[in-house]
Amino acid sequence: MLNVRGISRSFGDHKVLDEVSFDVRPGRMTGFLGANGSGKTTTMRIVLGVLAAHGGSVSWQDQEITPQNRPHFGYMPEERGLYPKMKVREQITWLGRLHGVERTVAQRNTDQLLEDLELTGRANDRLEQLSLGNQQRVQIAAALVHDPEVLILDEPFSGLDPIAVETVLDVLRKRAASGVPVLFSSHQLAIVERLCDDVVIISKGRIAAKGSREELRQTHAGDRYEIVVAEDAGWIRDVPGTTLLELDGPRAVFESAPQQVLKAALDRGEVRSFTPVVPTLDEIFKEVI
Amino acid sequence: MAVTTSKKASFSQATWLVAEREMKTLVTTKGFWIGFLFTVVALFALTVLPTVFGGDNPKVAAVGSAVQVVQGKQLDVQEVSTVQEAADLVRADDVEAAIVPDGSGIKVLALNDPPNDVIRELVQSPPVELLEASAVNNGQRSVTVVVFGLVFLMFGMGGAAIAQSTVTEKQTRIVEILVSTVPVRALLAGKILGHTILTLGQVVVLALTAPIALRVAGLGELLGVVAPALGWFVPFVMLGFVLISSMWAVAGSLVSRQEDLGSTMGVVMLAVMGPYFGVQFFHENPAVLAVMSFVPFTAGVAMPVRLFAQQAEAWEALVSLGILAATVTVILLVASRLYTGSLMQTGGRVKLSKAWAPAE
Repeated sequence: MLNVRGISRSFGDHKVLDEVSFDVRPGRMTGFLGANGSGKTTTMRIVLGVLAAHGGSVSWQDQEITPQNRPHFGYMPEERGLYPKMKVREQITWLGRLHGVERTVAQRNTDQLLEDLELTGRANDRLEQLSLGNQQRVQIAAALVHDPEVLILDEPFSGLDPIAVETVLDVLRKRAASGVPVLFSSHQLAIVERLCDDVVIISKGRIAAKGSREELRQTHAGDRYEIVVAEDAGWIRDVPGTTLLELDGPRAVFESAPQQVLKAALDRGEVRSFTPVVPTLDEIFKEVI
Repeated sequence: MAVTTSKKASFSQATWLVAEREMKTLVTTKGFWIGFLFTVVALFALTVLPTVFGGDNPKVAAVGSAVQVVQGKQLDVQEVSTVQEAADLVRADDVEAAIVPDGSGIKVLALNDPPNDVIRELVQSPPVELLEASAVNNGQRSVTVVVFGLVFLMFGMGGAAIAQSTVTEKQTRIVEILVSTVPVRALLAGKILGHTILTLGQVVVLALTAPIALRVAGLGELLGVVAPALGWFVPFVMLGFVLISSMWAVAGSLVSRQEDLGSTMGVVMLAVMGPYFGVQFFHENPAVLAVMSFVPFTAGVAMPVRLFAQQAEAWEALVSLGILAATVTVILLVASRLYTGSLMQTGGRVKLSKAWAPAE
């Protein structure tokens, strides 16, 4: 497990991170959400040791991370970059070797990744000859070639078309399933909603919410319910102790006193559906930041 | 837990990988080979051409009794029967001069200038005894100064590739991946190592080609003098290169875009060009040359030239190498701190004081 404990960081007088703490659990995809400038990239850079923290610590398997015992990170920086004039396969293999992977293993991993990311045909092209979307896939391969113990991906899906998103998703899910903690930031909430197991929301340098996706939804669910009956549901506004929020013929959304409403509905006839209203990540996000 | 198939790359492995990539990148560029070929060709041209152009004897026409006088001289003689014929040849510019009988002696006919090279051959020169004979004459020394200087200049400027590669890494931001993977010092060391190996390779090729060029030029006897100087030139050029290349690396790390590179390259260019011009201008002044042969930046050219001219002893060369090596160590330490301090900073040009400041 990767633990981030109370990290702070300022640039000049500007405090960018204030006591940020969260965990990235093994085998889970953790989505890191925040508006632009909220401190996502700074946090990731500190976790990687590219940037120093002004307070707090980052530990891996209960050991504080130092330059000597950094785990094998797979990192995809926000500002993409690889050598433009180096050939794709050569470049990925080289990066693998730079991480300490033996040449033959690095080559094998590279070939497998290029196949998974549907880039085999471009293996011997220079990076600059590829489209931006394909360069992005190469960037993913660069983050994965050394079988990292922890994956830190800054906006891995930005700039990808929907098909590429699926391809990349498959590759990342496979990694997570093999027990690697994956932390990825995104501002595309729909993707995060679909993809992540855990969510960390950061706002103005502070953690605004964190937990598993389901937990978060439950916590922020409040006391709202949706009911669908056979006929007009307007009568709900007369049930004591409840507030009707939305009414659309037989469908209604209300707050509080669910049992009373359900009983009343059953007394009146058929109940087609009755569910607590779970907020989307989008709604939670807007609520907490 | 995922199966980890790797251990961390050690510092030396990382350095070597970076060096290997730098070399591979450089030798696949056209500019590298063009520059190198140019140097080899220039070296040959400088050594061989003077003999080719200077090698022809002057052509003269000789008449009657004058023929005996010109025999055995370094002249290309065409015998003609009359003075008139000889004069016609001179007018037609077929010969440089005509040597014709004049009373008991001879007379030289020429078009509009006294033909000095012909006259020199006909004059009886008095015997000369050199009190301080040197194995090399001034002309040979000048050529050596030019050659050593050019080679040094060429490689010193070649180090700019280090600055370029550093900026490329900053500009494309791959530097973030690199820095999160290997120590910054390994990046710096790898760059310098890679470029130094390439330069060493080129210097060795040039050092091996030089004797061939001298033989072709018919200057084989000079070989005995040049060889030791060449032997000394190699370590001087190499250490000089490391010195310059660490400066190039810092120049590259201070900016974030290729376009801004010009603003930091000036100082390094001065450190490369300064010594070159210094030695070119002052190589005939033994005192200045002696001082320059101990100053780290100029030593690379000045000391080998002094050794070639047999003005310096081996111990002087060793002392100078020692000074150079010490300077290289200091500059490397300074450069590595500046490089570390500025590599991750993006935006405009990083001030040296900011790069030097301890990491926050």
